[in-house]
Amino acid sequence: MTPFDATRAGAIPGLAAAQAHDHDHGAGHSSPTAIGFWIYLMSDCIIFGCLFATYAVLGGNYAGGPGPKDLFEPGFVAVETALLLISSVTFGLAMLKAEAGARGATMAWLVVTALFGAGFIGMEVYEFRHLVHIGAGPDRSAFLSAFFALVGTHGLHVTAGLIWLVTLLVQVGQRGLVPANMQRLSTLSMFWHFLDLVWIGVFSFVYLVRLI
Amino acid sequence: MSTEVANAGEVISPIFGRLTLDWIPYHEPILIGTFAGVALGGLAVLALMTYFRLWMPLWRDWVTSVDHKKIGIMYMVLGFIMMVRGFADALMMRAQQAMAAGGATGYLPPHHFDQVFTAHGVIMIFFVAMAFVTGIMNYVMPAQIGARDVAFPFLNNFSFWMTVAGALLVNISLFVGEFGRVGWLAFPPLSGAAYSTGPGMDYYLWSLQIAGVGTTLSGINLIATILKMRAPGMKLMDMSVFTWTTLCTNVLIVAAFPVLTASLALLTLDRYLGTHFFTNDFGGNAMMYINLIWIWGHPEVYILIIPCFGIFSEIVATFSGKPLFGYKAMVYATACIMVLSFVVWLHHFFTMGSGANVNTFFGITTMIISVPTGVKIFNWLFTMYKGQVRLEVPMLWTIGFLVTFTIGGMTGVLLAVPPVDFQLHNTLFLIAHFHNVIIGGVVFAVYAAVSYWWPKAFGFKLDDRLGKATFWFWFIGFWFAFMPLYALGLMGVTRRMNSYADAAWQPYFIVAAFGALLILCGILCTFANFGYSILNRKKLACGPDPWNGRTLEWAMQSPPAPYNFPQEIHVRGRDEFWRMKQEGFTWAESYAPIHMPKNTATGVLLAAFALAFGFAMVWYIWWLAGLAFLAMIAIGIGHTFNYNRDYFIPATTVAATEAKGATA
Repeated sequence: MTPFDATRAGAIPGLAAAQAHDHDHGAGHSSPTAIGFWIYLMSDCIIFGCLFATYAVLGGNYAGGPGPKDLFEPGFVAVETALLLISSVTFGLAMLKAEAGARGATMAWLVVTALFGAGFIGMEVYEFRHLVHIGAGPDRSAFLSAFFALVGTHGLHVTAGLIWLVTLLVQVGQRGLVPANMQRLSTLSMFWHFLDLVWIGVFSFVYLVRLI
Repeated sequence: MSTEVANAGEVISPIFGRLTLDWIPYHEPILIGTFAGVALGGLAVLALMTYFRLWMPLWRDWVTSVDHKKIGIMYMVLGFIMMVRGFADALMMRAQQAMAAGGATGYLPPHHFDQVFTAHGVIMIFFVAMAFVTGIMNYVMPAQIGARDVAFPFLNNFSFWMTVAGALLVNISLFVGEFGRVGWLAFPPLSGAAYSTGPGMDYYLWSLQIAGVGTTLSGINLIATILKMRAPGMKLMDMSVFTWTTLCTNVLIVAAFPVLTASLALLTLDRYLGTHFFTNDFGGNAMMYINLIWIWGHPEVYILIIPCFGIFSEIVATFSGKPLFGYKAMVYATACIMVLSFVVWLHHFFTMGSGANVNTFFGITTMIISVPTGVKIFNWLFTMYKGQVRLEVPMLWTIGFLVTFTIGGMTGVLLAVPPVDFQLHNTLFLIAHFHNVIIGGVVFAVYAAVSYWWPKAFGFKLDDRLGKATFWFWFIGFWFAFMPLYALGLMGVTRRMNSYADAAWQPYFIVAAFGALLILCGILCTFANFGYSILNRKKLACGPDPWNGRTLEWAMQSPPAPYNFPQEIHVRGRDEFWRMKQEGFTWAESYAPIHMPKNTATGVLLAAFALAFGFAMVWYIWWLAGLAFLAMIAIGIGHTFNYNRDYFIPATTVAATEAKGATA
């Protein structure tokens, strides 16, 4: 047997098979997008890890300024958390509709997801403005620097996710649930759930523990 | 906030930010001379390109190319250009320290000298060593796994141009403003807003942040490539050792570079928004930065050296005419080094005062790394043992590496002993040690790789005599330049000194400067070799497999066709190309259309706006920063609306290309 299976090369699954995979530059490979994005998420996770570590080290350094018990309101954070968690559920529903090929329902659930996400961001912006206003801005103490960096980085990620979500809504509207868009939907879904997971860490480690 | 406090009295114009004419160093003769040289050289290149009508081909075939081979070559070009810049800094430091003894002040004032050693370190690590290593991985790895390109070809192009944008920002700082005066890792509080007020430190932060985006994405890309794009039948344990080392290095990149991103971002917040992560007051902790930066920094040196181990493994097997001795041991040793590199960072600051228990832990983990490294050294020696060793140029570099790197490794183990480190911390002994392993390891490997894979990339060999001259100048030059530093370090001479009182040290510094001149000859020989070989390319022309290679890249034409392999290769084990040659392989006559990614200008456009963004942030030109940032987002989103990203090379074109290659 030669190393080149001539029959297979001649039959290189041809145009049809190759076109089915958007990113496929040689026959016989499945798309690398999912694993590539997973690896990206893990690298992002390490950025969050560094910010969590920074918060762990500096979180007790109030420099005579306000501490968690003076600043955090459990009720407010609980609502914020609920918004983000529900948005993850609605994204899951959008994905189920997408798998079923229902474009309208998919888009509707994506819009609901975006609204919940925007609500979360709105509450966070309100909280940040309030803190700066009462003199508890990021330049007040190392504790507040670490708090703003960690929570703010998560917020920026959610904002980026919202921009991506809106872009994808337009694209699904234009082209429907074609394979390329399905790929993008599932990638964004990974991103969204990942942010949810990070928020659970933030919620527990930044707010909950410090209020006990 | 504290931006205004830190820069009290500074006027910030709404149009130019804090950039004023005073920041153009027209009163410094050294910089004016450099600028004149760079400008004249640049103009000559521009004129020649226009005369030979090369702008369109450059744009179409290179700048917008997503071909991993072209991107690999562009990384190498970037590496060599930046090596000239970094080496010029080295010569300036050696000249200064050879002169400034016993009351003499030398020719470089301290504020300039401090910028020179900072720029030297930053450039050599981020834009020379990283560019070289990434370039070689980009060029060679996809070919070794029988792939047509990397997993994400557009991302690859984008990563490269982000690295270039970072490099450009560093070079702009030479003529507009200043660079950091803080050492290559920019420890706070010196690098904080209170003590580094000018734009130099901000150039440092933004250039590394921009280049870091490229490096992280490239790491993700190459891991996905190895995991998903291997030729059918190729199991992980069938991959060449270079591919294995590429995998391990990119795992390190993806795990370590986010830490750099985070620590630089926090320092940036300290400088721009007045936060207190690493300040002396308001609860900040500078040691937090030093821990974080070394959690990136130590894996970083393994990111540089691990692919070099792979390069030497390929070369030693090829030029000994034998399969590599102890393939599995090599793979496991590489993986071991990869893991261990994350648990040794504290040995960079044993003097922090974390106590005997902590120092003992990190001292022992550091010593343990020498075990898998020793395994590798013996594997290379045993590969040569009873082999038909051919002393071609790549093999000279390999043997030079084995000698040099072993000694550098042993001084590293000395430094791993905490009590010894307390004596040697921040002395020239340390400088000698890491140059010993980085030059003896990385630079020698890059030269070996260039002479080994050049014929594959261009279809002709490099000249042998000039190649040997390059090696001997570098090899002997290295020993002259750094052995005196070991001696000085043992005498207690610290690093980064602008001048020193004890004239007894001067002879050592003069010998070191002589060594640097020998290395200069080596670098001149390098470029002479490129020029001479290109002019004599007909005479030096060679077939696709000039070294009697063992791995799949030698099955491609030289230079390779855009699609690398006309047909899919079914891999049955290690050293597949060697087996194919034993069986007398030929490509099958019938070809199928080949699916390929299209070129795109998005990557270079994004990087151009990233450069504008970085420059604007350095100078507080807020409107430009905002505009550039919005442009990046718009271009990024616009790119996702392009669904038409690939095309097919028709079977007839493949057949024609292959027929031409066979007769050439």
